[in-house]
Amino acid sequence: MASKTFKSGVMAPEFKKQTRGKEIIDIAVPRRVILPLKEGPGDPAKPIVKKNDEVRAGQIIAEAQGGWGLPVRASIGGKVEGIVDIRNASGQSGKGIAIAGDGSMDLEKLEPLGNDISGFDPEAIAKRVQEAGILGMGGAGFPTHVKLMPPPDVKIDTVIINGAECEPYLTCDEKVMETRPEEIVAGLRILMRALGAKKGIVGIKSHKKKSIKLISEAAKDFPEIEVNGLVDKYPMGAEKMLIDALTGRRVPQGGLPFHVGVAVNNIQTAVAVKEAVLDGIPLIRRVVTVTGSGIKEPGDYRVYIGITVEELLKEAGGMKDNAAKVVAGGPMMGQALHQLETPMGRADTAVLVMTEQESHLPPERPCIRCARCVDHCPVFLNPITLANYSERQNIEGMERLKINDCIECGTCSFVCPAKKPLVQNIILGKGIVREAQSRNGGSD
Amino acid sequence: MATDKLVVTHAPHIRDRDSVPGIMGGVLIALVPALIAATIVFGWYSLVLVAVCAAAAVVTEWVWMALRQKEAKAIVQDYSAALTGVLLAFTLPPTTPIWMAILGSVVAITIGKQIFGGLGFNIFNPALVGRAFLTASFPMAMTDWVLDGTSTATPLGGAAATNLELFLGTIGGSLGETSALALLLGGAYLLYKRLIDWRLPLGYLGAVVVLALLVGEDPIFHLLAGGLMLGAFYMLTDPVTSPLSRKGRWIYAVVAGIIVFMVRVWGDAPGGVLYSILIMNMAVPLLDRFLPDRIFGEVKAK
Repeated sequence: MASKTFKSGVMAPEFKKQTRGKEIIDIAVPRRVILPLKEGPGDPAKPIVKKNDEVRAGQIIAEAQGGWGLPVRASIGGKVEGIVDIRNASGQSGKGIAIAGDGSMDLEKLEPLGNDISGFDPEAIAKRVQEAGILGMGGAGFPTHVKLMPPPDVKIDTVIINGAECEPYLTCDEKVMETRPEEIVAGLRILMRALGAKKGIVGIKSHKKKSIKLISEAAKDFPEIEVNGLVDKYPMGAEKMLIDALTGRRVPQGGLPFHVGVAVNNIQTAVAVKEAVLDGIPLIRRVVTVTGSGIKEPGDYRVYIGITVEELLKEAGGMKDNAAKVVAGGPMMGQALHQLETPMGRADTAVLVMTEQESHLPPERPCIRCARCVDHCPVFLNPITLANYSERQNIEGMERLKINDCIECGTCSFVCPAKKPLVQNIILGKGIVREAQSRNGGSD
Repeated sequence: MATDKLVVTHAPHIRDRDSVPGIMGGVLIALVPALIAATIVFGWYSLVLVAVCAAAAVVTEWVWMALRQKEAKAIVQDYSAALTGVLLAFTLPPTTPIWMAILGSVVAITIGKQIFGGLGFNIFNPALVGRAFLTASFPMAMTDWVLDGTSTATPLGGAAATNLELFLGTIGGSLGETSALALLLGGAYLLYKRLIDWRLPLGYLGAVVVLALLVGEDPIFHLLAGGLMLGAFYMLTDPVTSPLSRKGRWIYAVVAGIIVFMVRVWGDAPGGVLYSILIMNMAVPLLDRFLPDRIFGEVKAK
């Protein structure tokens, strides 16, 4: 099979050996979880339980607010400890509901929609996906039901399942592809049904032969579903890059995938959709990768949403003595945590523990204008000039060079031989531009 | 470990291995074949000149960094000053006196690089600034081409030479410029290691070949003669003084190639490569400003 790709990007090292090939480890029901009220871009959910209330696993404990909002469901059975201040893995502060577990897993299920996928009502699928609390599980946390309800004048013809998993170190999606191929295909068919899409594509890195084989077998009765190999390149899993690689369509500047008739969903999201629709199981568990040289038992763990990083690391044998940095997510885009009392949400893919030696960045040198950042930027921006403008707060310059098109993938910083914090400055610059634009009454 | 000591840094948390010293060092390695060729053709004095230029450049850089109260050691360790010195030596006649070589290096680093703010901020290729200074100051010494103990002309100056002699470099000329073979070996290494952008030598050499064919001159002769190969792979490709955008790089290389050819065929003075690159260095900020690359998903203006 020919591997598909996009222009630019970088061949990043994989670092996946530590966890590859091992089975998924089911962790025991944790003693405590904290469920964030806000995940993704929607409004925070509104709590409907109070301290000391008994809750069942799967029960709604906070109601969805607004069109993009999602309900929060208890991931374990137990007693509500209260509403606590949290700082999520991306460093945003907010509220969460803490539950002290009693070890029970008497799951409150939803009524399955039936068995005949081709007969489902598209709106009922979107509603179910929303009430099951499903969002983009690849990291972005975009509410899935919103993707299933495009504007009326938009026609989605292709649904892509993103199995690229381009972040180094991560293997959780790979494990799910190897163990639940039928469910991924069923999830894709449900998503296609919801959108009326004629075509489904599962994109997987070409060297993941086992995943490709299993999913191809699972999809063999469905000619409308294609499994495509992808070149091992970063950031292949970025929505715009993946769509370009698989369909040759380029999402216009400032646009979303639906502008080119495509909806992209993560591997684990597809499984969650299948479970919610066919089995009535809400999204309360997911597989995360716990890895890095600083952890004793690296592996892919099936966790309960809301488990704290601290508890999760204990499950993985604990940190080694030389551990120094804990990253939520992959090494390219993940956030370094400053405390471990941080809950793992539905969109959190991994915890990476790095050693003292790996934790410190190499010293910065003057830029030699080698243009590697320019040559590797997957959206063809000029990162070094943007970073310089950001440092000088040159708003006109940042707008002219389209700073808002940056997808924050970190490729520029990764390839920079002078080790300059390019993406960091660009992200800061975006904030400066946003502030200036809102001061000027939101004009472009 | 104690969690109150967590290291917090911004993503990405892994970085590519390549570094500025690695890139500069790689270019130095790529110059080794040409240095060997120079030693064979012009003798041991070539090695002395190269060493003197490199040492003078490093010392000058060190002094400037100390005066500017920068961390001199870290900067000098990036090999960029040494590279400037070596490249300058490669452009000099093999009989250049030591003091003149030192002066060239001091000027290259001082006027070519440090007055602009040091590495990364200079507009002109520092080695070529040094060479241009020496050409203007000592025109006789800078065109004193000696081969096997006797003064000679260069092929571009009218001396007879077969294309094979030009290819091997057994001709009169600047120390490191004569052997196209050695320079191509180094150039191949630079391309293989992705230390230079292929667009630049291709655009530069391509423009010369096309123009030669158009006016009925021997394109092979033009490729092999003078400093074209050294310029194409080691001078034009200096990252600091070439454009950032891909479009800009094409224009920069092709126009520089056109300038070389015009100087050679219709001009009167030597140094086509030297001036073609220095002139196009000046155009780099303009090219970067007005020829940005097309952004992903860019919608044509309505």
